[in-house]
Amino acid sequence: MNNPLDSLWGTIILGLILTLILHIAVKAGLGG
Amino acid sequence: MDWIPAISRWIHFLAGVMWIGLLYYFNFVNAQAAKAAAADGTGAGIGKHVMPRALLYFRWAAVVTWLAGAALLGSNFGAAFMLQKSHMAIGTGAWLGTIMLFNVWVLIWPNQKKILGMVQATDEEKNTARRVAFLTSRTNTMLSMPMLYFMAAGGHTQLFFGG
Repeated sequence: MNNPLDSLWGTIILGLILTLILHIAVKAGLGG
Repeated sequence: MDWIPAISRWIHFLAGVMWIGLLYYFNFVNAQAAKAAAADGTGAGIGKHVMPRALLYFRWAAVVTWLAGAALLGSNFGAAFMLQKSHMAIGTGAWLGTIMLFNVWVLIWPNQKKILGMVQATDEEKNTARRVAFLTSRTNTMLSMPMLYFMAAGGHTQLFFGG
């Protein structure tokens, strides 16, 4: 399997996914 | 005017633009340009004249950004890094920025020194260094997206997280 970080689009998509995951985590941490 | 937070914020922005601007230059422009230049034999100038200068500003801008950010947090530094509720958004951004600073100085710069011939390395070591530096730089590009999101969210919790 290719490493998604080898492509710019893969890097951007991973960044968006990580942003979404952390947004959900912080929102939950702030009480919803 | 409380000038220390004001000046710290200004310097944090200036150095941060330089750091992340150069990071995006490396990833969005230079990686492809260096590959094309290597293919037609015109790449030597990039390695000799561009990369050492770009990396000098890149790694020191990262340090200045972090220090100005720490000064800006001031007495809230602990609350931010402990991810206390009052500073959870900016603390998340601060942690991401700190991981990125670590990556610059511990993974990117030592490997770039091998790639650029500033320290002795065999061809095999240079190939490994090239891969580690590349993937770390891409990792920092990925991390920059949530990092900037949480920096923006820091003073605007209501806007970003509602409630």
